[in-house]
Amino acid sequence: MPFDHSNKALLRVDNLRIEIPGRRGTLVAVDDVSFHIGEGEVLGVVGESGAGKSLTGAAVIGLLEPPCRIAGGQIVFDGRRIDNLPYEKLRRIRGRHIGMVFQDPLTSLNPLYTVGRQLTETILTHTDMSEKGARKRAIELLQEVGIPAAERRVDQYPHEFSGGMRQRVVIALALCANPRLIIADEPTTALDVSIQAQIITLLKRLCREHGAAVMLVTHDMGVIAETADRVAVMYAGRIVEVGPVADVVLRARHPYTVGLMGSIPLVGHDVERLTQIDGAMPRLDAIPTGCAFNPRCPQAFARCRRERPELEPVGASEAACWLHGGAAERSGTDG
Amino acid sequence: MAEAATASQDDLLVEVEDLSKLFDVSSPLLNRLLQGERRLLLTAVDQVSFRIPRGKTFSLVGESGCGKSTVARLVVGLHRPSGGRIVFEGVDMASLRTRAETGPLRKRLQMIFQDPYASLNPRWRVASIVAEPIRAHKLLSGRREIAARVGELLEQVGLSPADGEKFPHEFSGGQRQRISIARALASNPEFLVCDEPTSALDVSVQAQILNLMKGLQRELGLTYLFISHDLAVVYHIADYVGVMYLGRLVEWGEAKALFHQPQHPYTRMLLDAIPDLEMTGRARTPVAGEVPSPIAPPAGCHFHPRCPFAQERCRREAPKALAMAAGEVSCHAVEEGRLPPRGVAS
Repeated sequence: MPFDHSNKALLRVDNLRIEIPGRRGTLVAVDDVSFHIGEGEVLGVVGESGAGKSLTGAAVIGLLEPPCRIAGGQIVFDGRRIDNLPYEKLRRIRGRHIGMVFQDPLTSLNPLYTVGRQLTETILTHTDMSEKGARKRAIELLQEVGIPAAERRVDQYPHEFSGGMRQRVVIALALCANPRLIIADEPTTALDVSIQAQIITLLKRLCREHGAAVMLVTHDMGVIAETADRVAVMYAGRIVEVGPVADVVLRARHPYTVGLMGSIPLVGHDVERLTQIDGAMPRLDAIPTGCAFNPRCPQAFARCRRERPELEPVGASEAACWLHGGAAERSGTDG
Repeated sequence: MAEAATASQDDLLVEVEDLSKLFDVSSPLLNRLLQGERRLLLTAVDQVSFRIPRGKTFSLVGESGCGKSTVARLVVGLHRPSGGRIVFEGVDMASLRTRAETGPLRKRLQMIFQDPYASLNPRWRVASIVAEPIRAHKLLSGRREIAARVGELLEQVGLSPADGEKFPHEFSGGQRQRISIARALASNPEFLVCDEPTSALDVSVQAQILNLMKGLQRELGLTYLFISHDLAVVYHIADYVGVMYLGRLVEWGEAKALFHQPQHPYTRMLLDAIPDLEMTGRARTPVAGEVPSPIAPPAGCHFHPRCPFAQERCRREAPKALAMAAGEVSCHAVEEGRLPPRGVAS
């Protein structure tokens, strides 16, 4: 069912284009990106810095920072277009139906308010609970995300929590109104490995219990492999490959994904040299014509430099690569 | 415990013995007097001992705050040890006092830092940055010779000599880290201390830098002290691995042995926490708790509050280092043989 772009999808992003206007012309940071997330599904979005994955996440919740702007496409949440809603209406949807977890827990918590006040405020804004009920719910949420002595800690300030505990509070905050979709932007990047494992387990459990779908934006393939149902791989503002997690991780189709997977060192794998993708991702003002990956691709041929490939089905996934798409016209390669 | 430790006893480049570092984290004197507070000392590094054979890579791993970076800074001399010795080729570094004495040793030992954005002076051209150690140690004189050497160094790390004319901001993170490496190599060092050199980089760039560092090691016979929190990176690059927890070295040994047969419960826990990229469906042992504050570490074995095998003795008494097949481990449970065996890591 990976290509089910039906209306059943909880979130559908069609041909999203994000531009950054500047003095020297307009840069296209996200170019013609389409994907969907089903009810209760975890979609991983991976890519290296500058690939446009965080911008895509920010666009979905309407938190693009100017001068970035949505220049094309549409975002449909639960059958309703949300990218063109006025601020107040959008504000009510995010928070109530879409929760957010950011990378740095310190910047998403207000240092001047107790954790409990931030939680109850969010609960009161989005539900019609009484003040007392909201506090009770806040304590329950803290317990649910695994904070010991929640009754006591609810009255503490963010600085009194450790990094891992703060991230748990942020997750509790995202869950306040029982959202149906959570956008998690690098939720474990700032944490130590052992804490990272705890947070991943927690996110997975909560999504299962609450039936919430997750858009998990990260650069860490390990986190994706552990958590996601499907993965979208981004490169230079476009999705180059998308498919079920096992297919993308174990049977990558796009040469970029293949290179990315090979460059990750693994415990238990003895290799003298890691696979290396030479060069670096192009800057936004110098994206090559044709396939953006062609200058670094070991299998590039004439067509790759000329024409831009679109996502096409390959096995269980989709890849935007001339090696796989349009096989009839393929020439000058050993495939 | 010395004999069992390493095979290449004969050719040790660096020996660290009972190295300790305490930081004074007390409030200012006046506050202490007014509020009757005591002085507060933080033991960042607590009697750490290890040895690095020439031409090998010794890696220190651990979570943030375990003291691994402090060890790196002590070894290069950016901090003065509170106790213990650092011996470089048989010479105790603390015995060298004057600049004339430390100079020849300093140039054989260089450091690469984590953040390639913060460790390069943004107002200097790359050529001046790379040439600085050459000038500081007066290795070459004459502008043309220095320029030629800088060009050679830049080529060695995969950049072009023409890049010397540019400023650091014109480079990406990976290229900046290459510049840091070129600068470190400028004084022809034998020993490089690398503090998380790839953790600020994307994976594909990390692969480039790790490949470069391995290549340089083979070519130039370099010895590395490699600090990292990423066990997969360590598995790839290290010959020996030391695991630190709250300032103490809880286990060290030959890398493959340590990964395949970890002894200390903390090492096992760290290995279990590595995400399963091969999708084997391996069940993960849930890891409990967090690292306690290093200001007031738990008594006895620092790990006991999180250790599933902790007993009365662990809460009371700090374990001593115990010689293993190829390394040492500090754990009462291992000593008493009450630790269940564990299979091969992932």
